[in-house]
Amino acid sequence: MELIMIAITASLINNVVLSQFLGICAFLGVSGKAKTSNGMGMALTFVLTLSSLVCGILYKFILVPLNVPYLKTIVFILVVAALVQFVEMFLKKFAKSLYDALGIYLPLITTNCAVLGVALLNVQNEYSILTGTIYGLATALGFWFAMLILAFIREKMEYNEIPAAFKGFPIVMVTAALMSIAFTGFSALK
Amino acid sequence: MSLRKDSPAERLWNGIYTENPVFCLVLGMCPTLATTTSAMNAIGMGLSTTVILALSNLIISLLRNVIPNRVRIPSYIVVIASFVTICDFLMQGYTPALYESLGIYIPLIVVNCIIMGRAEAYAGKKGPVSSLFDGIGMGIGFTIAILFIASVREIIGAGTWFGMKVTTAGYVPVNIFVLAPGAFLVLAFFVAIMNKLHIGAGRRTGWDPTENGCGDCMACSKCGVCGGKPEAAGNGKEA
Repeated sequence: MELIMIAITASLINNVVLSQFLGICAFLGVSGKAKTSNGMGMALTFVLTLSSLVCGILYKFILVPLNVPYLKTIVFILVVAALVQFVEMFLKKFAKSLYDALGIYLPLITTNCAVLGVALLNVQNEYSILTGTIYGLATALGFWFAMLILAFIREKMEYNEIPAAFKGFPIVMVTAALMSIAFTGFSALK
Repeated sequence: MSLRKDSPAERLWNGIYTENPVFCLVLGMCPTLATTTSAMNAIGMGLSTTVILALSNLIISLLRNVIPNRVRIPSYIVVIASFVTICDFLMQGYTPALYESLGIYIPLIVVNCIIMGRAEAYAGKKGPVSSLFDGIGMGIGFTIAILFIASVREIIGAGTWFGMKVTTAGYVPVNIFVLAPGAFLVLAFFVAIMNKLHIGAGRRTGWDPTENGCGDCMACSKCGVCGGKPEAAGNGKEA
């Protein structure tokens, strides 16, 4: 029950992009079309779940016993970068169709702040490895959901007349602001 | 302004105005949105980013002939992460209140696209002195930009500035400005104003993440992750 609550909180109430501002660049960058959003969402879900698991294990069984938890930032970012490379090679060899679907989005994820952010939040909130992995998965699904909604709105927006100064970046930010207001409604779920 | 290229003064001016990282390059969006709830937070985040940016630029520039080209990005990340860890400790020790309110966004300076972007675009190619000043200029530009945003949000949203009451007694704070939606809204208007000025002056903002499919943090066209082919990263212009 507690796990379900954590999952709902991570994906809807404290949505990673709309209320915690992690991964904004990817959120704005690939939300132009629903198709690209799906690719990015899928790749992120995959990497974020895996990286939460691996970072959780490393922190608990290596950093804490060695008494060097302060190295977590350096270790986690390297783990994420290595993991992305590894996943990419693995998929290329053993799951070609999945690789073709995710391929181009994988390298972009290395420095998505959401990945490092979730690994650090898991440590900060003292989640167990299982809880941390669920939290990572739910966060990624929340990210995907928000990005897909934005993509649908942006596809419609192409037909609207937007003032010249607001074209491109600013109008997307205004849309995100409105979505963020809508998402605060989820806090009633708590 | 006509300053000698790569001179310290030119680098400072470039970071503060010509290529302001927030308003012109639209980099480093996560801390820009997350840490601008009050002017004090913005100053704290801005100055710590400036210090890390300047020092990592200096070190990367000094090491630029030692680091092999193929492993440069992981090497940059280690240099940056080390400085972030040092900064994290110093803030925990000397400014505990600020450390508490910035929280997770201090370690996340590692993935701030401005730092990685400058390492890749400038410090990895140029000498240490101009790289140091490039870092300082970009850092100050970033600090000024987020201070502007934070001031607007704090004054409208809470009626205070640096914690001091600046509005009249009858003013009812518009709470939403210090909440998440306010961050998006204020930044949207700032960039729109900059766009308006640039359209008037006959030039557009340099890099727009919404027009460039390769818009992840650090994965902007400058970092080379996408091999300089933004369309390969699923740009909306295809199909």
